[in-house]
Amino acid sequence: MATRTVQFEIKRQASPDAPAIWENFELEWRPGMNVISAMMEIAANPVTADGRETTPITYDSNCLEEICGSCAMRINGKARMACSALVDNLEQPIRVEPLSKFPLVRDLQVDRSVLFDNLMAVKAWVPVDGTYDLGSGPRVFPQQQEASYPLSNCISCTCCMEVCPQFNLDTGFVGAATIAQVKLFNDHPTGKVFKEDRLRALAGDGGIQECGFAQNCVEVCPKNIPLTNAISDISRDVLLQKAKDFLRG
Amino acid sequence: MAPKIIVVGGGLAGLAAVIKIAEAGGSVDLFSIVPVKRSHSVCAQGGINAAKNLKGEGDTTDKHFDDTIYGGDFLANQTPVKAMCEAAPAIIDLLDRMGVPFNRTPEGLLDFRRFGGTLYNRTAFAGATTGQQLLYALDEQVRRHESDGKVKKYEGWEFLSAVIDSKGVARGITALDLRTMELRSFPADAVILATGGTGALFGKSTNSVICTGSAQSAVFQQGVYFGNGEFIQVHPTCIPGEDKLRLMSESARGEGGRVWVPRAAGDARPVEQIPASERFYFLEEWYPKYGNLVPRDVATRAIHKVVYELGLGLDGQPMVYLDLTHIDRATLNRKLEGILEIYEKFVGVDPRDHPMKIFPGVHYTMGGLWVDFNQMTNIPGIFAAGECEYQYHGANRLGANSLVSCIFGGFRAGPNALNYAKSLPASEGDGGHAAELARQAEINAKLLNNKGTENPFRLWRELGATMTEHATVIRYNKGLKQADEKVVELLDRYKNVNLSDRSQWANTSFAFARQLKNMLELSRVVAQGALLRDESRGAHYKPDFPDRNDERFLKTTKASFTGSAEGPRFEYEEVDTQFIKPRPRRYDATK
Repeated sequence: MATRTVQFEIKRQASPDAPAIWENFELEWRPGMNVISAMMEIAANPVTADGRETTPITYDSNCLEEICGSCAMRINGKARMACSALVDNLEQPIRVEPLSKFPLVRDLQVDRSVLFDNLMAVKAWVPVDGTYDLGSGPRVFPQQQEASYPLSNCISCTCCMEVCPQFNLDTGFVGAATIAQVKLFNDHPTGKVFKEDRLRALAGDGGIQECGFAQNCVEVCPKNIPLTNAISDISRDVLLQKAKDFLRG
Repeated sequence: MAPKIIVVGGGLAGLAAVIKIAEAGGSVDLFSIVPVKRSHSVCAQGGINAAKNLKGEGDTTDKHFDDTIYGGDFLANQTPVKAMCEAAPAIIDLLDRMGVPFNRTPEGLLDFRRFGGTLYNRTAFAGATTGQQLLYALDEQVRRHESDGKVKKYEGWEFLSAVIDSKGVARGITALDLRTMELRSFPADAVILATGGTGALFGKSTNSVICTGSAQSAVFQQGVYFGNGEFIQVHPTCIPGEDKLRLMSESARGEGGRVWVPRAAGDARPVEQIPASERFYFLEEWYPKYGNLVPRDVATRAIHKVVYELGLGLDGQPMVYLDLTHIDRATLNRKLEGILEIYEKFVGVDPRDHPMKIFPGVHYTMGGLWVDFNQMTNIPGIFAAGECEYQYHGANRLGANSLVSCIFGGFRAGPNALNYAKSLPASEGDGGHAAELARQAEINAKLLNNKGTENPFRLWRELGATMTEHATVIRYNKGLKQADEKVVELLDRYKNVNLSDRSQWANTSFAFARQLKNMLELSRVVAQGALLRDESRGAHYKPDFPDRNDERFLKTTKASFTGSAEGPRFEYEEVDTQFIKPRPRRYDATK
């Protein structure tokens, strides 16, 4: 019986300055195979479909269960997590490319640290007084918890930024993920102490006004975070804050 | 000048240590292979234990302490475990204040659920993504300290070794920039390792890719004792996969999930056509008191027995059902959605409608770097916290105790390291930095220029296969000897390793090959430690020695590196049992 195989086309680039090339791989099909397990297979046997020796592919990955947010890449043109990209559900040849909106490091690895910088800029934290024992936290009713929890599920994969037409170096747009975190912390009983600071951070260039409501973000989010609702709510709050700040002079 | 502390690892334990040091005015350099928000703690699902007694059950921290010691088969030193259980309620309060979206009762209080090895609702939870939510809360607090300039992050750097001066005192670390491949040494007054578990020794496990144990092994080879290395937890309920074994949280059973197989071997009827009387709920039958919530080692051995001794695996395959279909969808979504989505995405079947097919998989490293009650190893200035050290879980960890032990350990290691650093005399000369850098540069050059034929990823697969076969659920001395011999063979073949990639930019093969050497050295600690322990205790089970033997083995295993062909040297240390007298551990009868 002939072995069933899977075809991959993977975009390679040895360094940020090196030319990009495509390499083809033909791998033995295995049940439950996903794009990460295919790349593990290539690392164990780094040979292209035409029998040429190559190097293992450089890519980010860690948990392999779509919770750490590491392995975002473009697979058959779609930004998604590679670990949950099951080969059986993908059209072949499976084309794998790095995210396009972030500085390339090597092969499928890109530098997404801009998201963490953005989270710092909007003070995405609850400013507790200290870690010593101050008793229990504020009461939170289940309805509030059920509203916050989905926002808190953001895995920082940056897929929403990759697919956003407005997210690029020219606009400096912070992107949907950061805006959703602003909503999360502004709604928290203690986190809201920085509400005005956060809204002001989103008021200028690169802030929420850059959003063109293309709604690509909410479609691509692997965690189904209500990103467009968060953007609508925060847009309104930013406008109100601007008006308040104007009146206060 | 404020003392400089290096923390290696940005999971719960590392971040907890960072926060305490920053708060106390220390200065921290935080090293992590991945951005810390992507650390393995993110994978923890079911919850975190604390005896808050919010369900009117009369739960106390003493009962939590007793359950933990009993669950760990009396191998853990009792003083630190007692302190952890007493601190746990305040840790939950703190996490709550930091904004962790814990599930709530209608009154707005924290909700709690049951977990394995206890009869109390003691586990606070945020859906079924508790580890993610806890990690994010600490990540946010660290980002806050980072913005205040108290913390400097080195993300994308891998720890290679400790820098140890001529008096045997730690003075910093060496690390590798995984992008530029730059090797550098970093001075510090104390170093805290919080580098997680060692799942990669077994090839596929529930652990993340970075959980190789490489950092622990590196300092072990520099003289740190490794404690209880033979104790490896195999989690009863995982989804088998090509690239990893995905965890299916114990919380599924905590919320009422039932484990079963058809009573008749080879029964191929669809599930809904199998009447209750023809279903074998073996955990409930064998362990009526704890039922599906027996500790993990007990549940894992029961599944092995059903599959391999009774021949009742589903379709003759090594799998059993984990069934949630009797629970209504709204409850499942509110309490377990995260894990149900994992099953749905990776298996393609909705576990709300169909029972899940699961099997045990390597999950947690109870053993680890030996530390004293202050979290310091035997090398002054090297501390350890979290899964990478050995002291809170004995021979078997209870579910939902890992998150609390990580945070508690980090909270202790941080201030203790700072206190230690304050009274540290200045180093003589360069504190050993130049020599250690030279040693590491030589290892790197040799590896890059090696003209061998062995692919490191294939060597690793062979390691995983032999360790999983011989050193997990059921252990025989003959098999353990074979495993150790195989590791020796792999160490020899490693000398002939060939990197398919010799570049000096984001070279993942190079980083992996360095990890692999450390994995091999640590595997000998596991295999030989298991070989020497001729008894059964917690997760360590030998059919040829089925009983616990307190007289000979109520002792902590301490392995030290020798560099000789025979492998590590082993010695044994008395266990602190001053609070709870060891008694037989039987979950089929009343405790």
